[in-house]
This record gives sequence, structure tokens and C-alpha cells, in this order.
Amino acid sequence: MSWLDKIVPSMSRIQRKDRRTSIPDGLWRKCPKCEAVQYLPELTKHDNVCPKCDHHLRLTARARLSWFLDSEGREEIAADLEPVDRLKFRDSKKYKDRLSAAQKQTEEKDALIAMRGSLEGQPLIAVAFEFGFMGGSMGAIVGEKFVRAAELALAENVPLVCFAASGGARMQEALFSLMQMAKTAAALEKLKQAGVPYISVLTDPVFGGVSASLAMLGDLNVAEPNALIGFAGPRVIEQTVREKLPEGFQRSEFLLEHGAVDMIIHRRDMRERLSSILLKLQGMPMVKVDEAATEAPQVTEESVAAAADVVEGDVVKEEPRSAVESVLDETFSSEQPKGERRDG
Amino acid sequence: MNPNYLDFEQPIAELQAKIEELRLVGNDSQVSLADEIERLQGKSTKLTESIFKDLGAWQVSQLARHPQRPYTLDYLENLFADFDELHGDRHYADDEALVGGIARLDDKPVMVIGHQKGRDVKEKVRRNFGMPRPEGYRKACRLMEMAERFKMPILTFIDTPGAYPGIGAEERGQSEAIAYNLAVMSRLKTPIISTVIGEGGSGGALAIGVCDELNMLQYSTYSVISPEGCASILWKSAERAADAADAMGITASRLKELGFVDNLIKEPLGGAHRNPQTTADSIKAVLSEGLERLGALDTEALLERRYKRLMSYGAPA
Repeated sequence: MSWLDKIVPSMSRIQRKDRRTSIPDGLWRKCPKCEAVQYLPELTKHDNVCPKCDHHLRLTARARLSWFLDSEGREEIAADLEPVDRLKFRDSKKYKDRLSAAQKQTEEKDALIAMRGSLEGQPLIAVAFEFGFMGGSMGAIVGEKFVRAAELALAENVPLVCFAASGGARMQEALFSLMQMAKTAAALEKLKQAGVPYISVLTDPVFGGVSASLAMLGDLNVAEPNALIGFAGPRVIEQTVREKLPEGFQRSEFLLEHGAVDMIIHRRDMRERLSSILLKLQGMPMVKVDEAATEAPQVTEESVAAAADVVEGDVVKEEPRSAVESVLDETFSSEQPKGERRDG
Repeated sequence: MNPNYLDFEQPIAELQAKIEELRLVGNDSQVSLADEIERLQGKSTKLTESIFKDLGAWQVSQLARHPQRPYTLDYLENLFADFDELHGDRHYADDEALVGGIARLDDKPVMVIGHQKGRDVKEKVRRNFGMPRPEGYRKACRLMEMAERFKMPILTFIDTPGAYPGIGAEERGQSEAIAYNLAVMSRLKTPIISTVIGEGGSGGALAIGVCDELNMLQYSTYSVISPEGCASILWKSAERAADAADAMGITASRLKELGFVDNLIKEPLGGAHRNPQTTADSIKAVLSEGLERLGALDTEALLERRYKRLMSYGAPA
């Protein structure tokens, strides 16, 4: 061993320590699309939309709801519900272990958070999918929480807003997951019959059993720009039809063009637009502009800290496209094509 | 290998071939082989019984997809009378992967809707292997709402690998078509009985499967994803389909244990395709009983019961 080898390791240790102290953790984030490095408070100010390329970064469910709802008077619904492994499902890993890993990683019990709160003073119920929890897949607890939120909205006659981000039904709960599609759709139908507004906001990505149930049943279906939305995942379709998919296939703009969504709303306008739409649907008067203006979010130390949570999900994944694909693979509820299908 | 028999049935196929041979010889010669044929036939039955006594989930899913298995239109012929097929979704096209129309069960008018696979290559393509596109689900919805208006019970037959994953299907809103059916079926003011006769493939099956009573044929399956799909995602290999089938519990008997299935309908020895008429008769008996049970409920009670049933799926204890 040369004298250099003896010195180098300790030197690198010193250097690493140095770097850590000189650049504080969590103040900079790289946009997964254009790779521009962003100063966190700046990103927060832009509602976690990249100021360079307008990419809407994914939000955790909790960050989504705390951004969407007024800061006063939030209350979580059915927070104590925990998933159960009814089938003792086991593939390369046990479902139970996958659940505890996801719970540890996201600090959530399952892939849906439901809250009662208000939007610019208007009471409502909002739910958001946690995509980091097994790809936002819908199992029994996700369905149950969604239904409880819907039933509460019905009982209190206040609107329901859902932010969907999910790969589909959760395979590890097999038919229990599939039936959540019917269960959530039935609960939403009650709202529809009673004239209680339901707005479904589609965020990147929404597929399979979630897309083919609660996410497409809004009085209004609204999408964030450039979100990937569909029934079958692009890879499955490509394998089935054996041709290249058209440019922009299954993006929000494609859905708008084909009549599946009412509008695409930029995140910076989302609160204001939804608020004004919900007021109209309920026959309520317009909110005065100056009142709304006072609600504008301010960049504080706390909000910067919160933003660190917000974008983490996107930053840990080095390659955003492949991350989407792999999660879609994992949770995708529709069929993998078979030999028979390829012939067709 | 005899293509009319699945791989695990090959010992039966060999025995049957021997019997067939003896029959041919028997016709030619003076020697009576009747006793021998009868003996072998008995042996074949015993063999079939022992093979079918303990089928794994993967073997059941192969049976559910058996190319000779009776499809919806076969049951329409064997089980119903006076069938008028109705076509088209009134918006875009008629999807032949999903058929429907009005018929009579005994004397009672009913709306029958079901997935339809094809027998020969040409028909398979025409029927898109039983994988409906949005227009199929929209046709189903139209027929179901019509049934409600004319106070006809709805009987659906489920047999699909899944909703079709294609470009056009996405463009025309496959997700919305399925979702819309789920919502509408939850409130239709007429009894709905669904029977899984083959493959119950995911959302594409459920889109005509929201019901007051769920029946499954003994060798049918119902699952959130095909065993191959599940295996290639979770095990990273479609070869592990048998393991996936087992883990997901997709067979009629397992789903009955889990409380999803109201009536498990026994199939003749060797599966429904060995005796389609017997199978049709068994289904008919179950459907008639079911309609009688549900007919006794008034509309409000029926809908409340359906809603409670839907809410009970996976509800915390």
C-alpha cells in the first residue's frame, strides 16, 4: 500500500463532510423533466411546477391536500384504517412486507388520504392518492376511505374533490381490489343522484382500475397538464397492437382532444378555478377578488421545509420516464397481452 | 397431443383414442369388443374423476379458456327461447365481442348480455377474442337501461380476457365506458344476476358484473389481472402464471370461500364443454331460483341490498 492510499480515504471523508456542511440538504431540487436545478423556495412559490419547463412535479398526498385546502380547520377522515392481507399473498416478497416497507417509506397507512376542510372558505371534502405507496394502487382500504369521504360529502351536502394518481387496482388484494371499482362507483352515483358536486382531478399518472372507476366519473373531469392517463398502459398497448403509439398518446391534451376531460388546469390556477366552478355548481355567489387574494400562499421557512417533503418523491427517482413505467408495470390492473391477443 | 384435451388431460385423451380405435375395429370384425370398450370407458371415467378431483388454480384457468367451452351465444341457444339480438351503441359501432338482446327464460322476458368469443380464426378476430371496446360497454349500458324501462331482469354472462387495450379503445374512452357502467348498474331498478361462464378478466368483466347475485361455473375464474400478467409483473416472468393464479385465488371455489360468489354451479365431469346441455340446464335452474328470490323484493329493498353488498367488499371487520 502506497502512502497515497493511506491518505486518500480520510481525505475523501473530510471532503464529503465539508460538502455536507457547505450545501445544506434539501434546498435544491432537480426537475425530473428538464433537469434544471431549482432553488426550493422558488419551486414552492411556483406550486412545485418547474419554472423552466412547466413540468408539474408529483406531490405526496399530504402535500397535495395541504396545498389545496385552506390551512385552517383541516381534519383527516378515517385516518386509522389499515390494510389487511386477507389472501396471505406472496410473490417474490410477502404482501405484508411490501406493505410495511411502503408504510415506512411514505409514513402513510395506505395509498389514499381523505380530509374535510375548505377551499377559499368553502367547505368540502378532498381526497388524494399517495403514488409513493405501491404506485397509488387501490386495495380495500383505499376504496373504503374513498367511500367514507363520499358518504360524508353526501351527508353534509358539500362537494367532493379527488386528486387521482394511481397505477390501478392492487394485485395483491386480487378480487377485493377489483370490487373497489364497483364500490367507489356506487358511492359516487349516490352523490350524482343527490346533486352533490364531484370533481375528479387527474394528475400524473392515472391508469387501470382507478381510471376505469372513480377517476372518470366526475361531474367535471379535470387534468393537470401533460399527465399520463389511460385504461391500459402504453407498453401493454404497444405490445398488443404492434405499432408505434401516436405522439402525445394518453397525455392530458390527448384526452381533452378526445373528449374525456373537461379542461386542463395549470396547478397555479387550480385552487381558484375549482373554487369558482364549485360555487357555480352550488348556486353560490362569487367570491370577491380581494378576499381571495389574501389567501395567496407565502414563502416562509415552514413552507420551504414542507416543500422538501413535497418533491422528494420525484427527486429520488433518477429517470422520471422509467419511474413512471416501472410503477405502471407494478400496479397495472389490466391485462398483459397473451399469445392469442397478439394475433388479434 | 390431442388438441381437444388440455395437457393435464392427456392420459384421458390417450385412453379415449384407444377406445375409438377399438370401436373402429369392432365395426369391421365379427368379434364383439363391446365388453372391452365398456371396461375401458369405465376406466376413462374413473381416470377423469381422479384428475378432476383436485385441480389447481392454473388448471382451472386453462379449463375456463378451453377452446371448446360453451360461450354466451351457446347458452342463449340452450337455455333461453325467442332471442332477439340487439346491435350497436347508437354512437359509434356495434361491438361483436359483447352481445345482447331480449329473450325468454321459460316464459319470462329477460335482457341477456354477455361477452362473446369466437370459435374459428375468422370469428375469433371478428369477436376480438372476447375483448370489448368502449362501444361494447356502451351497447351493454343502453340495453341495461332499456331493461329497466321495460321492467325486465338483466342476466349477464361473463367470459372475457379483459377490456381491449388498443389505441382506438383509448381514444374513445375505455376507462369512462367501464366506469359509467359500474355507476349505472349500481342503481338500475331491476334485478341483475351475473354468471361467470369462463374467464372473468378484470375491469372488462366487472363492467357487466355489478349484480344482486353472482354465480360462477365450477371451472371459471374471476380476477383483477390475468395470471400471466400478474406473474410477469410480480415474478418478472410469465412462466410463473401458475403461482400467480394460486396466490390470487381466482377459482370459483376459492372465491366462494371468500364470500364473493352466491352460487357455485357444478359442471359435468371433464368440464362444461363435455356436455353443454347439462351445463345450460344447471345454469337455468340457478337463474330461475335467483330471479324468484330477487323478484320478491320491492325496488327499494333491492337497491338497498345491492348497495350494501357493494359496500361490504373489503370493508374493515
